[in-house]
Amino acid sequence: MNHTGKNVVRMTNITKTFGTSTADRNVDLELYKGEILALLGENGSGKTTLMNILAGIYFPDSGTIEVQGQEVQIRSPRDAFQLGIGMIHQHFKLVDVLTAGENIVLGLPGPLYVDRKEINRKVQELASRYGFDLEPEKKIYNMSVSEKQTVEILKALYRGADILILDEPTAVLTPQETQKLFNVLRNMKEDGKSIIIITHKLHEVLAISDRAVILRKGENAGTVDTLSTTQEELTEKMVGRAVSLAIERPQVPRGKEMLRVSELTCLGPDRGKILDRVSFSAYAGEILGIAGISGSGQKELCEAVAGLYPVSGGSILYNCQTSHGRKMENITGWPSGRIYQQGISMAFVPEDRLGMGLAPSMDMVDNVMLRSYRSTPGLFLNRKKPREISRRLIQELDIQTPGISTPVRRLSGGNVQKILLGREISNDPSVLIAAYPVRGLDIQTSYKIYHMLGEQKKKGTAVIFLGEDLDVLMELSDKILVLCDGKASKVMDPKEVSKEEIGMMMLHFGWTPRHQEVNP
Amino acid sequence: MNTLLNLAAAAVLAGTPLLLGTLGEILTEKSGNINLGVEGMMFMGAIAGLSVPFFYEQLTLEAGASPSGTAGALMALAASFAAGAFGALIYGFLTITLHADQNVTGLTLTIFGTGLGNFFGEYLGYQAGGYAALGEELKSAFHNLSIPGLSQIPVLGKLLFQYNWMVYFAVILALAMNHFLRRTRLGLNLRAVGEDPAAADAAGINTTRYQYTAVIIGGGICGIGGMYMSMVTTSGVWVHNCVSGYGWLSVALVIFSVWNPARALLAAVIFGGLTVLRLYLPIPGMPIQIYEMLPYAVTILVLIASSIRQRRENMQPKSCGVNYFREER
Repeated sequence: MNHTGKNVVRMTNITKTFGTSTADRNVDLELYKGEILALLGENGSGKTTLMNILAGIYFPDSGTIEVQGQEVQIRSPRDAFQLGIGMIHQHFKLVDVLTAGENIVLGLPGPLYVDRKEINRKVQELASRYGFDLEPEKKIYNMSVSEKQTVEILKALYRGADILILDEPTAVLTPQETQKLFNVLRNMKEDGKSIIIITHKLHEVLAISDRAVILRKGENAGTVDTLSTTQEELTEKMVGRAVSLAIERPQVPRGKEMLRVSELTCLGPDRGKILDRVSFSAYAGEILGIAGISGSGQKELCEAVAGLYPVSGGSILYNCQTSHGRKMENITGWPSGRIYQQGISMAFVPEDRLGMGLAPSMDMVDNVMLRSYRSTPGLFLNRKKPREISRRLIQELDIQTPGISTPVRRLSGGNVQKILLGREISNDPSVLIAAYPVRGLDIQTSYKIYHMLGEQKKKGTAVIFLGEDLDVLMELSDKILVLCDGKASKVMDPKEVSKEEIGMMMLHFGWTPRHQEVNP
Repeated sequence: MNTLLNLAAAAVLAGTPLLLGTLGEILTEKSGNINLGVEGMMFMGAIAGLSVPFFYEQLTLEAGASPSGTAGALMALAASFAAGAFGALIYGFLTITLHADQNVTGLTLTIFGTGLGNFFGEYLGYQAGGYAALGEELKSAFHNLSIPGLSQIPVLGKLLFQYNWMVYFAVILALAMNHFLRRTRLGLNLRAVGEDPAAADAAGINTTRYQYTAVIIGGGICGIGGMYMSMVTTSGVWVHNCVSGYGWLSVALVIFSVWNPARALLAAVIFGGLTVLRLYLPIPGMPIQIYEMLPYAVTILVLIASSIRQRRENMQPKSCGVNYFREER
């Protein structure tokens, strides 16, 4: 590798432990001026920890950091931005009751009073220099994810950052927004800034970066020039062995209609329509993918079907097994307790795993039991069966846990998700709703989850899958539906629309692709 | 008409300690700390604010000089602030540095402060042979002012220009705090710390320093509110349990005033009025207990009304009750 630029950051032999677990062990990293470096690794590989060390959030146990050739101690985020290092965290560090402008100047030294006009002018100037759009007076809580990200980047630039670290910046963006971000990053690179982008999306590494540093289990697993590498090589370095990147889509004949949602309307807290006459059906043996930018009504849709969100119009019909055979039962407005009592085997994997899906401070056995204890007789709880199920899940799903009696909040995101999904699947549901089941999970776990969803489909479950990654959504789903601002598109065949078309539909309701839609 | 005027003036006087307690707690909560020890800190301020001028008076009289009212008032102010701030410092050390539970720590501080105040209050009385009371010179420093010209204006004079100096002090404090939180850079930073300490930290704000400062100054202001009880409400005499729930009312008024110091002015006058209502609007046959219940009953109604969803800006600072630790995973 030959570098014409000089190195701006050199981290040597960085080690950081949390309690008994080691996040990074003797990791080295170099960043050159005017390059985009991808930091690649699975969850728990220590990439975010390493960058948090550079940004002053964590202090390393050992190792040295040099910035612009000088050895430095970075003890706080303030130290970091005085060295010209700015980090855009995956979970944005913005105060949502403040405006964009206020967030940008937060914590900066200056006169007693904040001069809004001056800030707005400076922010606008920066924004236009790199090709951003931003309203400085807009409150953060009124902003979309991509606007918030823009604020974060401008915040770093406003502080004079020459070294930008972005932690999974594209995780929540639409393809169009991602393209826009990449253009901005390229502009910044032209301007002489050095950028580190943490990601585990391989095609993005190839599209944007100059070099990639790969971490595996907290240690260096190689550095490659992007031009001379492939997705396969990257994966192999990341995981430690070759992994197939194809998502299997088992072909099974479509079964009965299990769930029919028609003209479903729900109101939001401000009485506005958060879901507006949404209609679709889910069939046994099929995965229905639902796409949409965040906040388009996905959460409310899932919760309304699961009986957790009030319905103000339309109906939800569920294919039930009754003593007289199967019939479509109208479950609209039933609370979740009644849905359960009527023996409807619907499983819901909410996006908020630890808030809504599991009880974080209870152990695995109790969490498994939560779903079933009401149907066991007697005054006392019987933990025998849940304990068996827990042991089986650990085996089958390869859950990494110290034991079945460890509180689930202590486990990593991937393992928590496996427990949640495993518990839901162990009840043999006929409809499975999975909201963002791979959010924040690494490649291996994600593929495991895709595989589990595929298995459910083979067993004849109607699967509803809400996803963020359009590539995955389109590969995994048999049918796809786009939600935009509470309104649903027609149900489409993912083989007949392109990713860009789906992206357009996510942003503009009523936008229809050139080819006609297929009927459900 | 005259009754209403009297009621309004009495409401302002009774509302001032509530206002001070509320302001102290607003500042505290703006840093993301909910200190339920307001009652305790008020007790600590009440005893310190009474005993320091008390000893000052004793010493000067022994020396054969006559005590100065102004000096006594300033001592009361400083001592009560220091006592409240000391209570808040204990709270701050436990929650900010040691990450103890905020609710439990605050409740403990209330119990501690109540006990401390009453113990030393009784002791002071015992030493003085009966009860501890200030002399006329010091008491008069807390009497209602008579401003030449202004106080004589009909109606307005009575409504605005004839209170003791602490009323004006509290009002100015409220307006200044409002201005500080809304307009200044430090106020912006403090609000950010209370809303989202992780975001504030990432923006380079020293969250620990802001939290300590807000908690301690907030506690000091609560202490001054307590001093009002012992110096104005009971006119320089220690009365057992003199704070009597005003600290708790203040905690509720923080919610009523939606964390806005300017609205705290309104809240304090309304609740001050409720506490003295029976003296000015007696309804024949209405038991006194009903009147005494009134402020608390209205508090419950207010809490219910304010729990109904409202604008994001008008809600409790988001990190209240949660301790921030940067390296938490």
